[in-house]
Parts: sequence; C-alpha cells; structure tokens
Amino acid sequence: MQVYKIVNKKLLNDAVVLVEIEAPFIAKKVLPGQFIIFRIDEQGERVPLTVADYDREKGTITLIVQMVGRSTKMLGAMEAGDALLDVVGPLGIPTHLEGLKNVCVIGGGVGCAIAYPQAKALHNMGAHVDMIAGFRSKDIVIIEDEMRAVADNLYVMTDDGTYGEQGFVTVKLQQLIDEGRDYDAVIAIGPVPMMKFVSEVTRPKAIKTIVSLNPIMIDGTGMCGGCRVNVGGEIKFACVDGPDFDGHKVNFDELMKRNSTNKAQEQHDSEHCRLRGAYNA
Amino acid sequence: MPNMSMTKLPMPEQDPKVRARNFEEVSYGYTEEMAIEEAQRCLNCKHMPCVNGCPVNVQIPKFIKLIAEGNFADACSAIKETSALPAVCGRVCPQETQCESKCVRGIKGEPVAIGRLERFAADWDMKNGKHEIEKPVSNGHKVAIIGAGPAGLTCAGDLAKKGYEVTIFEAFHKAGGVLVYGIPEFRLPKAIVQKEVEGLEKMGVKVMTNMVIGKVLSIDELVNDMGFEAVFVGSGAGLPVFMGIEGEDLVGVYSANEFLTRINLMKAYLDEYDTPIRKGKSVAVVGGGNVAMDAARSAMRLGAEHVYIIYRRSEAELPARAEEVHHAKEEGIEFMLLNNPIKIHGDENGSVKSIECIKMELGEPDASGRRRPMPIEGSNYEIPVDTVVMSIGTSPNPLIRTTTEGLEANKRGCLVADDHMATTREGVYAGGDAVTGAATVILAMGAGKTAAASIDEYIQNK
Repeated sequence: MQVYKIVNKKLLNDAVVLVEIEAPFIAKKVLPGQFIIFRIDEQGERVPLTVADYDREKGTITLIVQMVGRSTKMLGAMEAGDALLDVVGPLGIPTHLEGLKNVCVIGGGVGCAIAYPQAKALHNMGAHVDMIAGFRSKDIVIIEDEMRAVADNLYVMTDDGTYGEQGFVTVKLQQLIDEGRDYDAVIAIGPVPMMKFVSEVTRPKAIKTIVSLNPIMIDGTGMCGGCRVNVGGEIKFACVDGPDFDGHKVNFDELMKRNSTNKAQEQHDSEHCRLRGAYNA
Repeated sequence: MPNMSMTKLPMPEQDPKVRARNFEEVSYGYTEEMAIEEAQRCLNCKHMPCVNGCPVNVQIPKFIKLIAEGNFADACSAIKETSALPAVCGRVCPQETQCESKCVRGIKGEPVAIGRLERFAADWDMKNGKHEIEKPVSNGHKVAIIGAGPAGLTCAGDLAKKGYEVTIFEAFHKAGGVLVYGIPEFRLPKAIVQKEVEGLEKMGVKVMTNMVIGKVLSIDELVNDMGFEAVFVGSGAGLPVFMGIEGEDLVGVYSANEFLTRINLMKAYLDEYDTPIRKGKSVAVVGGGNVAMDAARSAMRLGAEHVYIIYRRSEAELPARAEEVHHAKEEGIEFMLLNNPIKIHGDENGSVKSIECIKMELGEPDASGRRRPMPIEGSNYEIPVDTVVMSIGTSPNPLIRTTTEGLEANKRGCLVADDHMATTREGVYAGGDAVTGAATVILAMGAGKTAAASIDEYIQNK
C-alpha cells in the first residue's frame, strides 16, 4: 500500500490551493503536460488533474487545484500530514516541446499552474518564452513570481484591469503576433473558450497551437472512453492520445456543450451528481 | 442409483420484478439438499467429456461425486486443484458452451447443472471451510504480473503456490479487473472477488494498485532494475469502440466500460458514493454480448422505465450467455433485434433525445459464419431515449505494446503469444483479453494458468 502524504499545502487565493504530495514513482517519471488521477477516500470520485510541478529527489508532485467540486474542496480542506487514498500516474503523453525555440505560453486562471511547467521546461531547454497569464481580477492572480522566473516576458492580463493590463489573453497575443514575434508554437491552457479563441488568433498565420484538454474520465488509461473528443473529425481519447491536441483541429464547441450540459446536470443534482471531471479552470 | 430427472434442479432466485430494482445477487444458490439432489444426476462418465470442455480442466465428475456424498469441503478442494477462482467461475462461465455442452445427460434432456454445483461448493467453502492458507516457502525468484484481472490473478496464484515471489501491478485502485469494474454486483458480488484477492495476499502475493505499467514503470525497468525474472501481461481489453455514427458525442452517450465502471467499481448506485451517473428513464444499449446485458440490467436497476437492447442480428446470434438473456427478459429488458442504430438525435442542450434505427434482415453467411445482417432501405424509425450505452466491443490498449521493445502485436493491436503464452520477447508472457481481444473470464484464467506453467519452466531452465 503506497501512502500519498501531503507534505505541503498553501492557499494561493480563496479558490485555489497548492498541494505537494509524496508520490515517488510518479515524481520519478512525470513530464510537463502529464496528469494524475486522485481519489480522496473510498467514496470519492477519481479526479484527473494535470501536474503543476515535481521534485524527483524529494519524490513529490505538486498540484494546483481550483476548489470547485466536492473532491477538490475536500482536498483543499486537507492539511500537511494528511494522506490521499489514491494517486495514479503519470498519465497521458507529455507535451512535445523538442525543437521549440520561440514559444508563447498562455495560461488562463488556474490553467497558469499547468502552463507554468511547460514554460519552465522550455526555459530550461534554452527556448525564448513569452508568457501571457490571464485572470479575471487582481485578487485571483497566482504563481506570478514563478512564471516571471521562467518567462523572458510575462504579460499579466486581467478582465477588469485591476492588475497588469486590461483585456483578454487573446488581445495580447494578437498584439504580439502583429508586432512580429515569430513564434514556433503557442501553448494555451485554460478554460475551453479561451483555448478556442487563442486557436482562432493563431489560425490565420498557421502558428502551431497546442491546447491541453481535461475532459471527464475515469480510469485515465484508455478503458472508459469518457474522455473522447472530436479532433479533426476523428474520435480521440484525451487520456491516451492527449491530453495535448492541435488547437486548430479540436471541435471546441462540442467539448463546451458536453462540459456545460454536465455542469447543468451537476447543479440540478448537486448532492450525488458531480459529473464535473476536473477542468483546468 | 442416479437421479434420472431430465431437467436441472432450478436454482432459487429473487423475483424478477423485485430484483430489477436492486443490485443484490439474482440467484441465491443451491441449499445443501438441492446440491446433493442435482449432483446425483451426474453419471460419473469414465471418459469425462465435460472436463475437456473446461478451459482449466476442472475435475468435474470428481467434485460432483464429492457433493453427492455430502463432502462439500473436499468438493471445493477438488475444484481448486485446477481453478483459482471457483466462486467466480460458477457464476460467470458460459457453461452452456463449455462443460455443460459436453455432458452426456444433455443428449436427452438438460445437462447436469455443473456451474450451479461449482458455485455451491465454492460458496459452501467460503462460508464453512477452514481457511488456513499457508504461505509457501519462497524459491527466491521474482515474477511481475501486469493487471489484477482473471488472467493475472490466476497466474499469480499458480506461481505463488510454487514459491515464486509475485507482485501484481494494477492500474485501478482496486484489484479484480473486469470482475470489479465490469461484471455487476447482482451477478458477481464484489465480496467474493475481495476474498479471492485476500487469499492470494495470504499466500504472499503483493498487489500494488495505482500502477500503470507503460507509464509509471516500463517492462524494461521491471526486468532490468527491479529484478523480476519474468513478466506476465494480463492488461485486459482496451479502448471502447464506438460506431462512428452522428450523435455519439452527445451528453448521455456512454461506452459500456464507462457506464459499468461508474456503477460497479465506483458504486454510483449507492448514495454514499460521490460518483455521478445519469439515471436514464429510457435507455438504449447497443450490442448483444454479456457486457450489453450487464449494462441494460444495470440501467433498469438505476430506475429506468424502458431499457432496450438494440442488436443488428437475430436472437440466435446473440453472443451473451443464455442465462443472461433469459434473466434480462424476465427483468423487462426490451429486445430490439435486427435493428441497427444509424444516428443519435440530440436536443437543444446537446443531450440525447432519441436513437434512430434501421431495420435489418439476415442475408448470406459472412466471414464469422453467421448470416450477414443487411439494412432494409426506408425502414428508419426513432426510439425516444435519454441515454445510450455503446457496447460493441473494445480495441486493445496501446500502453504496454508502445512502451516495450520487442513485443509484437498483430494488426488488430493484440499482443502476439504462442500456445504457451510466450510473447515475442524472452521472459515476457501474455494472456487474456490483451491477447485474444474481448473474451471470457474463464478463457483469461486458462491463459493465466498456462502462462504460469510456462514461466515456471522458463525460470527453472534458466
């Protein structure tokens, strides 16, 4: 029996918590873009979450979690020293970062936590990294120092203009592209609409756009088929074919429909129906 | 003097109307008196055709004779000589195409109820038997098993008995494979699987859950870094197949794997569990196998008013066990045979509204030897449903084959293994659905058993 002990816990804002968990087998292997599935207790859901950071020596992985559903709220209520019942991973295919020299990494909300390891890995590879981090408002800005440390340029955007520049991440991206930043790739991680609109911004110049999807899933190993997404007209499974996909090929509207309808169902039956999976934002 | 009744002694069951709304086991099993009475129908044939019909060669006349004599403990021991999971097999084996199909009593009348008797002996033993499992003396050799399903558990049990130090790596949080995530509680109580797994652990088998081999560790690491001398791959079936028709992305469309896993492994039918599930009022299950029957009967138990099995061939071709079809019908499942879905319609919220089918007729036999179903043009019609469960098979999981050098797969993606379950890579054996594609529990157990013997021979001759 492995023990997945929480060794560090920190609230990043009212709704987002960072937990560092002992998981030596996973910490040894995990790469940016991969995810784990955790389960708090015997009655709990299996919740997929992309890994935000890892420490191979200490044998720990770090998750940055938006406390939106029962399981993530319970995780937020746990303290250092408590243990999760199950953590399985690393799952999914790591992001293909090889050969990238000039990249714009975009995070939306808590999606920044998952965009950050990509930026960090690219930075460590010697690539030029511009990072655009979008938040609704100043009070929910997270991991700014960490992002600043790995990005050549960090652009913080807020919807209401209370911090950084006012506007959506797409506004900044369009501006940077218009200025002539010649990106090999754009990596966008955040709410589905954000990833959709980023992909529209990059489409005219055919800039390679990688998005990270986190649909509903159970096993994460290609068994349940719950995480199927329509990519270029084909059924793909986010757990084994992804979670990264070509943003220009993903049918975001279909994905949003599946997600939003599930959320409506969740609200309708909030006690026992939490078809939430875990969204990155 | 044998009991010359032409028919099997019926096994007491929950009333269909009652059981269609609960998840408790359908059948209660024989009492001691009933078991003795049915056991007396066995003619104890010298040539034992039934044994040849069993993939793990259970000594059927021997254990049945012991039941007839009232010696239930020894009857179970006799089964356990060759079968690792008797309480499981007695419940889920397709006896009508295996042991019972060869029974001499079946030539005129019904065969001996071998499955029911096996179940009786195993249940009696679980309840009354002495369970002082002795941990065998270690022979110092380490074997890794990937997947804690029927193939892996059987292989582990056989190797542990011989003194091997066995570690099972399971991807899910619980051991049992399809026995816990696929087959429902009402057909196979999970407490039985749990006891079987505990039995293995008492023999010294280590079970490591949450370990996805191919991701967290590779087969190379198991062999080169962790000292496992041989590996058995029993990773099971893989990605669910969808039909590729319009509307499969609508909310309310599940694969049978997802639907059943939510219910069985994640206990979505119990209020104290957080697992979400759509409790459809009207549910279409597409497919005609055991998995389709399990999904349909589970949907009914979640409270559906109508549950349809939509199958493109006729009743004669239904691949499910006869007993499952019989039970499903008793429970009110509506069989829409010779029907093929062509589109799933959604409402304005992207939720399933109906399934459009076309009627089929049987033409000339196809490659499978079964008559090919042909659509009848213009016969389209819609069935109003709010949930659709696709149960039309799986394609093999790529995780192990794509991360292991020298492990060949066939063009369908199944691992290639010879009659001894040896793969194309030395020291690596495979069996069960990972090799055959979706098949039965007992075939997987047979493969696990063969692999255990091959692994023993391989390590002893090294």
